[in-house]
Amino acid sequence: MKYLKVTTFLIAAALASPVAAQEAGGRLDIVVQPEPPGLMLGLVQNGPTQLVAGDIYESLLRYDSDLNPMPSLAKSWEISDDGLTYTFKLNEGVKWHDGEDFTADDVVFSADVFLRETHARLRASLAYVKSITAPDPMTVVFKLKEPFGPFINAFENGTMPIVPKHIYEGTDFANNPANATPIGTGPFKFKEWVKGSHIHLVKNEDYYVDGLPYLDEVFYRVIPDAAARAVAFETGEVDVLPGGSVENWDIPRLAEMDGVCVTEKGWEFLAPLAWMWLNNREGPTANEKFRQAVMYAMDREFMRDVVWNGFGKVATGPIASSTNFYSDDVTIYDHNPDKAKELLAEMGYDGEPVRILPLPYGETWQRWAEAVRQNLSEVGINAEIDSSDVAGWNEKTSQWDYDMAFTYLYQYGDPALGVSRNYTADRIKKGSPWNNVEGYENLALDEKWAAAATMVTPEEREAAYAEIQKEIVDDVPVAWMQELTFPTIYRCNVNDLVTTAIGINDGPRNAWIKK
Amino acid sequence: MTIFAVVVSRLSKAILTLLAIAILNFFLIHAAPGDPAVVLAGEAGAADEQMIEQLRERFGLDQPLYVQLGKYVAGIVQLDLGYSFRQGAPVAELIADRLPATLLLTLTAFVVSLVLGIAFGVAAAARVGKPSDTVLTTMALLFYATPLYWLALMAVLVFSVWFGWLPGFGYETVGANYTGLERVLDIGSHLILPALTLGLFFTAVYMRMARASMLEVSQLDFVKTAKAKGLSDAVIRRRHILRNAILPVVTLAGLQAGQLVGGAVLTETVFAWPGIGRLMFESLAARDYNTILGVFLVSAAMVILFNIVTDIVYRIVDPRIGARS
Repeated sequence: MKYLKVTTFLIAAALASPVAAQEAGGRLDIVVQPEPPGLMLGLVQNGPTQLVAGDIYESLLRYDSDLNPMPSLAKSWEISDDGLTYTFKLNEGVKWHDGEDFTADDVVFSADVFLRETHARLRASLAYVKSITAPDPMTVVFKLKEPFGPFINAFENGTMPIVPKHIYEGTDFANNPANATPIGTGPFKFKEWVKGSHIHLVKNEDYYVDGLPYLDEVFYRVIPDAAARAVAFETGEVDVLPGGSVENWDIPRLAEMDGVCVTEKGWEFLAPLAWMWLNNREGPTANEKFRQAVMYAMDREFMRDVVWNGFGKVATGPIASSTNFYSDDVTIYDHNPDKAKELLAEMGYDGEPVRILPLPYGETWQRWAEAVRQNLSEVGINAEIDSSDVAGWNEKTSQWDYDMAFTYLYQYGDPALGVSRNYTADRIKKGSPWNNVEGYENLALDEKWAAAATMVTPEEREAAYAEIQKEIVDDVPVAWMQELTFPTIYRCNVNDLVTTAIGINDGPRNAWIKK
Repeated sequence: MTIFAVVVSRLSKAILTLLAIAILNFFLIHAAPGDPAVVLAGEAGAADEQMIEQLRERFGLDQPLYVQLGKYVAGIVQLDLGYSFRQGAPVAELIADRLPATLLLTLTAFVVSLVLGIAFGVAAAARVGKPSDTVLTTMALLFYATPLYWLALMAVLVFSVWFGWLPGFGYETVGANYTGLERVLDIGSHLILPALTLGLFFTAVYMRMARASMLEVSQLDFVKTAKAKGLSDAVIRRRHILRNAILPVVTLAGLQAGQLVGGAVLTETVFAWPGIGRLMFESLAARDYNTILGVFLVSAAMVILFNIVTDIVYRIVDPRIGARS
């Protein structure tokens, strides 16, 4: 049996420790935007919910910024040589916030019953799982039907949050009154939620890691206007602006303030990658040459530098560079208007207009669409912007009523978890904007995606994904734009805030304030 | 007709009007593009068909529109505004949670703007053509024309960021746990900037209306008669001109009062004021049908209610109206 038992925990903890000893106490005010729809992480996993509930709930593992697993509710784990059996040993003495003991039964219930019903993304991974059992109260065993390399990345908090069996078993999960007062095992307990104003969490005095957490309380502040959020940070009302809280052009100004730190770390697991869906079914975008022309027409470096104020990295293909198995051995689409014009002439583009649908997430996205339109018009593509609100964007993309549409998606550390879902033909389904919306069909490549997901050794997978990336980048099913970076802005006296691959989502666990 | 009879007659009509409004709103919101189940599923960052179907089923969105309408109307007849898809709570509870903050903000702005607007309007009319009138009307024009959003941000910049005199946003100091007088003062200090920002616009509206109306009435024959009787200017202004001139202001105030419960979306957004305006805006973005319909219905009810109140105030201010009918 191959042991991946992690002994790096102590080393990692030592490395993360500053020279000075951590100081206990204090309060942290963090912006949360928009206000989460709920805090029950097993039911809702959007960004704001994960930000707040990531302190209340826990999962079996955490991940460092290189995506190596670290202990959380599980203190150690083993994967069998055939890649089919995952055995987790749980931490002892863990209690739910209501005082009940946490056991392996909670894990089995969460993964096999609760999340199978409620969690669409995890369901895709659980399809590979044959059984989940608890041979003793401190051991959980996942047996797989076939090897599934990325499975080790499925134990992150937003992917597999562990929920209390004693509260949810046999109930209507979505309507359980306990959802309003979430009970987890995490370092902070839910205290109060004043809708439209703030969410108040307090230190879990019985947390099973000695000395943690350091902070006494955390307030998540709801401030709906981006300019007002910047002001709140300037006036000292809040200490932390999580990525995306303020418009990009405000970041340099805030970063220059005394005692303010900025970090781009903490997004390695989610690795948001932005692209434009190009409708592969009809119109000019159905032509591969047109799609390649779009790639050559765009000055994506300019867009990164101006629209995103220099934050982010121009994408080379479907896999972000921080995700496992990334390869840059692909055709590079630099800014080459002449090449774009050549391709358009070859295909015989007749000036048919194309609509660009921006993502309705604020001014930056609107400007991004305008920059694209400008670049396209420079090579003779007749493009117009077709704006909409969030619900309208969902409708248009899920009903395939667009030519080019902006989006971005998380990658969750592995191409089999967060990438292939956007490109395989079995994921072409009307009515949902979280699948192969562009309508790209390449059955030979589909087989390669499927094979790469179930290869046992990382070396095999690396070679398979390199081949896939090379091929798909030539097809340009979508226009890959940029690996997004959402810098976290915080006061420098807050230490150890971003120490893992999900950054501030589990940041308060280790954070401490230097007085 | 006595005031009581007027109220009874109006209320009975109001119930039918409200029902018609509810049905109209229902069709309007369902005609807007966008599917609440897809928006909600999207908040999970990933969704499959099974999840979207589950959501549709849970919220009854898989049923024909007329069945959904029937259920909705049956609910509101029993004063049940339904359940919020997005927030997982009864709509009535969500509205009730936000109502105190909204009423505090809008009522303060309303009272301040009404009192100041009428006072400045009367003062300007009394000094028509003089420099003080010019100053007042110019100020009114300025506040009337300035976008509320910009004014709000400038107020925060000047009074919170530069001078640090007043809190720039929020309803009260979070985590301070004040009680009694301390809490009242704390909320009061948070209220000043949003209430003034919202109030300035309406002060300008009332002032211009009061001034124009005062000038118009002062040209009428009965004012000349009063002057001929030898009454002083102050008495004529207060007892004869103002009493007649105030009617259009009352009409306008009645209309505005009806919208108080709808909140003030922009002011509430900039100042992070936890009111109904924001609830409506966020629910609209998420196509949270029941919440939007609930807010619309309560707002409509308030408009109707304040129209009735305005009618009654009319009769008190101007007894001729009651006499005519």
